Amino acid sequence: MYLIRMAGQRIAAGVLTLLVISALLFFSIEALPGDPARAVLGQTATPETIAAFRKEAGLDRPVLVRYGDWLASFVAGDLGRSLASRRDISGLIGDRLFNTLILAAVTALFAVPLSIILGVASAVWRGTLLDRLISTVSLAAISVPEFFIGYILLAIVAVQLNLLPSISSVHGGMSLAQWVPVLVLPCLTMAMAVSAHMIRMTRAALVDVMSSSFIEMARLKGLSNLRIVFRHALPNAVSPICSVVFLNIAYLIVGVVVVEVVFVYPGLGQLLVDSVAKRDFPVVQATCLIFATANIALNIISDILGAASNPRSVGR
Amino acid sequence: MLMKGSFQHLSLRVYGAAAIVLCVIVLALFAPLIAPYGESQIVSGMWESPSRDYLLGTDSLGRDMLSRIIYGARNTGGIAVMATLLAFVFGVSSGFLSVVAGRVVDNIVGRIFDIVLSAPTLIVALFSLTMFGTGTLVLILVIGITEGARIYRVARATAIDIDVKDFVLVARLRGESVRYLILKELLPNAFVPLMAEFGLRFCFVLLFISTLSFLGLGLQPPTADWGSMVRDNADAIGFGIFTPLVPAAAIAALTISINVIMDWFVSNYGVARNEA
Repeated sequence: MYLIRMAGQRIAAGVLTLLVISALLFFSIEALPGDPARAVLGQTATPETIAAFRKEAGLDRPVLVRYGDWLASFVAGDLGRSLASRRDISGLIGDRLFNTLILAAVTALFAVPLSIILGVASAVWRGTLLDRLISTVSLAAISVPEFFIGYILLAIVAVQLNLLPSISSVHGGMSLAQWVPVLVLPCLTMAMAVSAHMIRMTRAALVDVMSSSFIEMARLKGLSNLRIVFRHALPNAVSPICSVVFLNIAYLIVGVVVVEVVFVYPGLGQLLVDSVAKRDFPVVQATCLIFATANIALNIISDILGAASNPRSVGR
Repeated sequence: MLMKGSFQHLSLRVYGAAAIVLCVIVLALFAPLIAPYGESQIVSGMWESPSRDYLLGTDSLGRDMLSRIIYGARNTGGIAVMATLLAFVFGVSSGFLSVVAGRVVDNIVGRIFDIVLSAPTLIVALFSLTMFGTGTLVLILVIGITEGARIYRVARATAIDIDVKDFVLVARLRGESVRYLILKELLPNAFVPLMAEFGLRFCFVLLFISTLSFLGLGLQPPTADWGSMVRDNADAIGFGIFTPLVPAAAIAALTISINVIMDWFVSNYGVARNEA
């Protein structure tokens, strides 16, 4: 019961935050000096063509009405038109969103279990060579720019060894066998960064639990190390580990931006970067809102899962 | 006084890291004296391989890679320092103000930063750069605000710990001003944890600026910058030329070194390191 109420509150707060973000996205662009009609049509446009454009694009209506319309059509899946290419944004985004989700999902699918295993292993065998090795490598992976990891992999695997294509060309109707070579390097690059965070945080969460007195008790009872970890410590670390995993998946969703650029992967991140450079406001607004929604949704899931696996924290 | 008796704990690792950081600082300060060629001087053909004249070869426009890396230390490092400082002034002052100036201020400032932090930093930055266009000033301001929001949380938490101490209560009872409380009571006592935070934040900012530059949205050409150098010359990697990786390696070496130094600093002064 508590849990449902807590979940409801978190979701309501998340929706509210999204509304605030959408308003910020809309009104800050609105507040910019300069006329979007002139920006599109160029300096040579006559007043008549500008007026016609404003009417066609609905720019002549009051700002609050336009915000309401924009939000309503956004929810309905109509994202407006790109300023630069005049194309429908939903069409621009559709395939790319799918590509990005594939990339993120595949990465999460193997990075999450691997990181949890390595994190638990380094907490169990704390202070051993394995732990120190994992700790050093993960610290290095965190401290290094993602594009560096990407290009090193690219230089070794694609260029030196010539095993995989260096550019990820994606087209409609690709079979599974065609997806694999395209995804290996981008996924590996993202997995490096995300896993490093996840391993360190999983280890920290487990080490924290392992210092509780009931673990000391279990040890004094003479239980084996493995039994202590899997029967006593791990169930109590599920809650922090859950939130760690979802926080990092949220991070991963944003991390795709850089990786997509490195591997010229046609995803949402690449579209966002291109549109920022062109100052294509409607596309930037739409992609930013999608990224923010994903981020907030994952944070809510992380909160709810954390609470569900630790009932004591819900009352607070 | 803090440093007393702690030098014997210095390991080889820390010495190495300090040497790298020092080296970058020297390169940044004396770039025009050290660099063999000018920052945007075209000296040869495109992607010339390393030779005695051009130790790291040339870039996509025929400029000397080594010289640009040296100038890059100055540009990338300088802007990272400025952005981090701004973020600190901003985050620490608002964090301390939140604690000292009462609940109303605390709530207002807190909610504003909550909104800044509810969206991913990269997304906030990309959106701001769309609005105001790419430029060094915009870059510094955007990072100052987004990173400032994170520092705000640390500074506020640190200040709350200090605020409950008796000497702050005494100062309050003496009727000292908010300004006095922040500058004379909170700041000196929060110095060590904030120093540790500074190192970590600097790494974040450096990586962030490099990432934005790599995406073509940070420092603009012809300014030499470690991130955009990788971007401009990335195509060369496809031809088996690996010098474009050197600026990326420079970023990595600098951030890893700072991390090593901060680890040593934290373990010596017992400040809790927060993973973020």
